[in-house]
Amino acid sequence: MLAYTMRRLLLLVPVLIGMTIVTFSIIHLIPGNPAQTILGEQASPQAIADLEERLGLNEPYWVQYGLYMKDLATGDLGTSLRTNKPIMDEIWPYLAATIELTVFAMIFAIIIGVNAGIVSAWKQNSWFDYLSMLIALVGVSMPIFWLALMEQWIFAQELGWLPAFGRDNPRDPIISTTNLYVLDTIMSGQFDKTWESIKHLILPGIALGTIPMAIIARMTRSSMLEVLRSDYIRTVNAKGSGQGVVIYKHALKNAAIPVLTVVGLQTGNLLGGAILTETIFSWPGIGRYIFEAINYRDYPVIQSGILIVATIFVMINLFVDLLYSYIDPRIKY
Amino acid sequence: MKHRLSFLMMLMLAFVLFLAACSSDDTAAPAEQSEGAEESEEVEGTEQAEPAGDQTLVFARGGDSVSLDYASVTDGESSRVTKQIYETLIEFDRDSFELGPGLAHDWDVDDSGLRFVFHLEEGVTFHDGTDFNAEAVKLNFERWADPEHEYAFTDDGYNYSVYGTQFGGFKGDDGHVIEEINVLGDHEIEFVLNQPLGSFLQNMGMSYFAITSPQAFEEHGSAINENPVGTGPFKFVSWSRDDSIILEKNEDYWKEGLPKLDRVIFQVIPDNSARLTALRSGQIDIMDGLNPDDVAQIEGDDSLQVFERTTNNIGYLGFHVEKEPFDNPDVRRAFNHAIDKEGLIAILYGGLAETAKNTIPPGYLGYNDAIDEYSYDPELAKELLAEAGVEEGFTFDLWTMPVARPYMPDPQRAAEAIQANLADVGITANILTKEWATYLEETEQGMHDVFMLGWSGVNGDPDYFFSNLLHGDAIPGGNRSFYSNEEVNDLLVQAKTEVDFDARAALYEEVQELIHEDAPMVPLVHSIPTLAGSSNVSNFIPHPSTSETLDEVELTN
Repeated sequence: MLAYTMRRLLLLVPVLIGMTIVTFSIIHLIPGNPAQTILGEQASPQAIADLEERLGLNEPYWVQYGLYMKDLATGDLGTSLRTNKPIMDEIWPYLAATIELTVFAMIFAIIIGVNAGIVSAWKQNSWFDYLSMLIALVGVSMPIFWLALMEQWIFAQELGWLPAFGRDNPRDPIISTTNLYVLDTIMSGQFDKTWESIKHLILPGIALGTIPMAIIARMTRSSMLEVLRSDYIRTVNAKGSGQGVVIYKHALKNAAIPVLTVVGLQTGNLLGGAILTETIFSWPGIGRYIFEAINYRDYPVIQSGILIVATIFVMINLFVDLLYSYIDPRIKY
Repeated sequence: MKHRLSFLMMLMLAFVLFLAACSSDDTAAPAEQSEGAEESEEVEGTEQAEPAGDQTLVFARGGDSVSLDYASVTDGESSRVTKQIYETLIEFDRDSFELGPGLAHDWDVDDSGLRFVFHLEEGVTFHDGTDFNAEAVKLNFERWADPEHEYAFTDDGYNYSVYGTQFGGFKGDDGHVIEEINVLGDHEIEFVLNQPLGSFLQNMGMSYFAITSPQAFEEHGSAINENPVGTGPFKFVSWSRDDSIILEKNEDYWKEGLPKLDRVIFQVIPDNSARLTALRSGQIDIMDGLNPDDVAQIEGDDSLQVFERTTNNIGYLGFHVEKEPFDNPDVRRAFNHAIDKEGLIAILYGGLAETAKNTIPPGYLGYNDAIDEYSYDPELAKELLAEAGVEEGFTFDLWTMPVARPYMPDPQRAAEAIQANLADVGITANILTKEWATYLEETEQGMHDVFMLGWSGVNGDPDYFFSNLLHGDAIPGGNRSFYSNEEVNDLLVQAKTEVDFDARAALYEEVQELIHEDAPMVPLVHSIPTLAGSSNVSNFIPHPSTSETLDEVELTN
């Protein structure tokens, strides 16, 4: 196990280096002078020359890449052109916002998805099965921005139940130390504000969780169907155990591996791919951070943002792989 | 494994119970362990966010400020906020660039136009309690002029490009006009120039040249961009990036009875339709960046209102005047007659634009309203083309911007409309698009025939438009038409150094006549940006610079 973990960690190195090459290339793949692109039509030639100097664009590519790698190795992700601050220092609040939203979305997706999948498999070909699989199909194909706008229209504008944007009420903001608002407000005992931040999580969480929910439901169903047909389940049934015990205790465990893979992949996806949801709901997360950087042509942030998201994605996959052997002791590395 | 799972379950259970305990109405029923969390979605009837105080205004906008050190950045989202915190020696009128008193209640200019004396308001204090005086003004100007200044923070990436543009460079540069700054008394300061600068007073009103507390530089150093301390009607409270900036009332504000609001919150909501939803649901009070298509809908709603900002830009079609057949003024005039600007405005701007006949927006100093606009007249255009000897028509490349700009919300569709107009007079336009940077570089180098672009004003001074767009010295550079008329060049230089307003205005009027005659561009439109607000917002007057003070704004219920 330890040897396997070490081997997997070592294998990460070439992957990460590959990623740095891709992120490094971004700035050079865009046609034209990046400094001109950043500064726009009203920039003076002097300003453009200054920025070129600052970005080190006058050096040969390989020197620039070398400097980039050297900085990365020392934990320096560069400086944001927009805010002039080290990216390392300013990225946490964004990351925390995304983590909170992802966790909420995945809780929603897993609870609904897994249970819907289980019941569909258990009552295969029932109306519930057809209905939930239809919903899952719609859920997978639904454009997120459309769902998000509909949610806002119905629940914020028409019904006025839930807020349409942000992480807290701007008129009564949450002062947070960890930037994980739910956790923070619970720790400090401000439960009314915990409730406030959960209310803000609901709409974006559902928008974000819908696709993973649908995928999880479908995966759970097919995986359960397979397990429910196996011999040992027939044995358990013959023993006279209650349906609940059969399903949740005996069947689910064996059906969990493919579901876990999907959960891992989707979590990784959400952590990096929530740009649409975060933009529509003004959620100041990592997706927004990169989106704003794209608007502002803040290349260092685009590069580092993508690198961080990609790293998280790779790490989550590694973590899921390692988790397999926990869930199913038969899997040995 | 088992332990972990049950621990997780317990956590979840605790969470659900906690939720149930928090929600005032008991719709969150006790739930089974694993299915519990979804209950939180079903809680209904949670009340809308109530305003914390009566006079808290939430202003929603598409993007966040870059920095709250106004002089080191150029984006409108920064100055929109700093305008509330900081003040300038001269203030513009509420809806125009007319000059009025600010931190200086009065000023004198001597006849040479080289010596300006400002008489400062007395009894004004910065938010940190220190006095506002002539020394503070001097220190701020020296900070921008001198890259070596202890508060210039050059090593931290600060640069004051607007100062360089407006005052001809920095300390030691040949073109730098501010020779010296003398403190004549606690509340009297003198600026001595080495050459006259027609736009000097206009510059003093720009939000880029506001006054920061000297003590704040000492205290915060290069973190001044996140700890602004000025004399303005609102004090800085907090800033959470890409989310919100909170300001509160300056109780000691020197203008009696102002500001009327207790708090101002600048909230970022990037998506235009989400912002409108937030306005309709009452979570915000004013929103910037209204889609032209939504205006009619809001005008029909009693609980909302539309605010129009005075126009401050130009969208134009430029010719390369040295290339055939555009070297012939008749061809250029024919283009002016061939393009239906009204149609363009109806299709692309939802009516929220004015047709342009001059390079500068109406309302500017020296705007020549006597110019007889080229009418939309395809027949006349054909005659002019015939006179130029190209009656059988020709083909050219129409360079189209790849990005939307305030003056050109949808360049591609605009190009198609222009293409259709030109086809009516027998000219074939090939629409050609390049990447933004490439587009800017190659038009600067003159690789185009005809191109689309625009320009936005900053200080309401005509020189910023003319010198950058149509002066011979701006080739290569902003003058992408390669238009250089000696007479125009001379007049512009003369106007730039003239300090008498009327004399300057006359010079610019003359310039516009010459430009109109030469037609180096087709001035298309001056677009009118719009905002929307709830109907209980009163005294909100949008300023053409995009930064308006909110000191008189109040909420009525």
